Amino acid sequence: MKAATEELLKLVSDWKGSFCGAYNIREDGKSVGRLSTEHIKVEPKQDGTGLDIIVAPGTKGEQVAIPACVTVGDFNDLVYNDFYIGEGADVTIVAGCGLHNDTGEAARHNGIHRFFLKKGSHAKYIEKHVGVGKGTGRRSIDPVTEVFLDEDAMLEMDTSQLSGIDTTRRVTKGTCGKGAKLVIHEHLLTEKDQRATTEFEVSLDGEGSSVDLVSRSVAKDDSVQSYRSKIVGNARCTGHSECDAIITGHGKVSASPQLDANNEDAALIHEAAIGKIAGEQILKLRTFGLTEEEAEEKIIQGFLR
Amino acid sequence: MLKLEHIYWNTPDGTPILKDVDLAIGDGGLTAITGPNGGGKTTLAKIIAGIEHPMKGRIVFEGEDITDMDVTERAKRGISYAFQTPVRFKGLTVTDLLEMAAGRRLDEAARCELLSKVGLCAEDYEGREVNASLSGGEIKRVEIATILARKSRLMVFDEPEAGIDLWSFAGLIDAFEQMKAEGVGTQVIISHQERILQVADRIVVIEDGLVKEDGARDAILPHLLESSRCPRCPMPDPEVRARHAAKEARR
Ligand SMILES: Nc1ncnc2c1ncn2[C@@H]1O[C@H](COP(=O)(O)OP(=O)(O)O)[C@@H](O)[C@H]1O
Ligand SMILES: [Mg+2]
Repeated sequence: MKAATEELLKLVSDWKGSFCGAYNIREDGKSVGRLSTEHIKVEPKQDGTGLDIIVAPGTKGEQVAIPACVTVGDFNDLVYNDFYIGEGADVTIVAGCGLHNDTGEAARHNGIHRFFLKKGSHAKYIEKHVGVGKGTGRRSIDPVTEVFLDEDAMLEMDTSQLSGIDTTRRVTKGTCGKGAKLVIHEHLLTEKDQRATTEFEVSLDGEGSSVDLVSRSVAKDDSVQSYRSKIVGNARCTGHSECDAIITGHGKVSASPQLDANNEDAALIHEAAIGKIAGEQILKLRTFGLTEEEAEEKIIQGFLR
Repeated sequence: MLKLEHIYWNTPDGTPILKDVDLAIGDGGLTAITGPNGGGKTTLAKIIAGIEHPMKGRIVFEGEDITDMDVTERAKRGISYAFQTPVRFKGLTVTDLLEMAAGRRLDEAARCELLSKVGLCAEDYEGREVNASLSGGEIKRVEIATILARKSRLMVFDEPEAGIDLWSFAGLIDAFEQMKAEGVGTQVIISHQERILQVADRIVVIEDGLVKEDGARDAILPHLLESSRCPRCPMPDPEVRARHAAKEARR
């Protein structure tokens, strides 16, 4: 494994020279370390396009890490990973992506992840995206996530992209069966001339299913973000989406939420708030002795936590 | 320690709110500022903290002219202000605010001590976000705790009693009295609460943008309660007042 990969692993996962549990480390499109455990199998797909991660039914409290790192320029990484979470299992999946680009050429990672959660299973999915390096080449990450939740399954997604990615297009799609629950917390920060697009589409098909979608973002400098969400209620269900964005400098954010209720018992809510940091918040922290810049930083840090 | 010299302040549309307020506050002790709603008390507090600047007049803090200093500089010199309407923050926790106020990390024991003074249990509250999920009384108590955490030279509390239940309120009065007894800074408390006025050394009545009365508690309070300008009870009717007092006594 390259030193650059190790540095990225520290940023995008809890790497401390090793992982606890099953893992696969992807470096510049190739696997440089893989481990399956008794209950979690990490297997390359037959066609070589990615991995199948298979969690045995009833597995509790285990973790699997599948970070992907790109350490060179002029590289376009594409990977298909499928997660099969067995009935009643309860696991944590850590899937970070880091790009280190010191060149003038573009570096891109495009991870297509599909999650199949069986009845009553629960998974927490943590995804961190980071870009580093001195090169002028653009760093892009364009993840596609598709989620299929069986009866009473629950997926909690916690995603964050807080620095160094020049362009991103994030697409997340979900289908919830009876009593299934999808919870998504997204944290996004763009600066300079970065661009970010996020799209969510969740279909609530089962009785009593629900989605809670919370996106918090900050657009600094000349960066531009666009947020689109669509929640479709096809049964008695509850859907909530919340898009909260702070803009500073010349940042721009556009949010278009869509709610489609196709059932009279579908209860769907959307909240959106976009604006600069409230002046009174900055004033309050200044009365603690912070400067305006320090206050702004603390407010943004807390907001994106 | 603080001198407000001939302070004038107008609203952005030019309506005069403070009209020649002249007030000096000595070192230590507890000064209560009271008076009818809209009289200009909060405006005066903001002028002390540097959130608003006077159109005319001078502010001197510990011998230094701070009239042109901004909020941060005044805070660094030892002025704290507990807002009448506390600010909410998405994402910042009670602990975050307490630590920012204190200017250092606070251990479990320190957080517990601060929060218990305002009637909050650290275990329940330290991780809570200071967002819309806190009730008015809860956020008010957090606001007061941040000022206690700062332990600054001058502490201005703006209607600390608002929204606070009877039980926590008794504790709060203890906290004010304790600071006074231990000589921790100088307290200025804007309040309509008789029980707060009772622990003040001095009472200043601000009405219609002017200092209407100013003197030792025992000189002002009895006469305040008698006067038609009673800050607690807008009804001067002695019969209503007597009934009110009887009810209070039964509690
Ligand atoms: N920024 C402002 N713009 C317009 N009017 C203001 C502003 N600030 C205060 N006021 C007015 O000044 C008066 C005094 O307000 P305030 O100082 O809050 O009074 P108090 O705290 O004594 O109740 C009120 O009538 C209030 O509406
Ligand atoms: Mg007021």
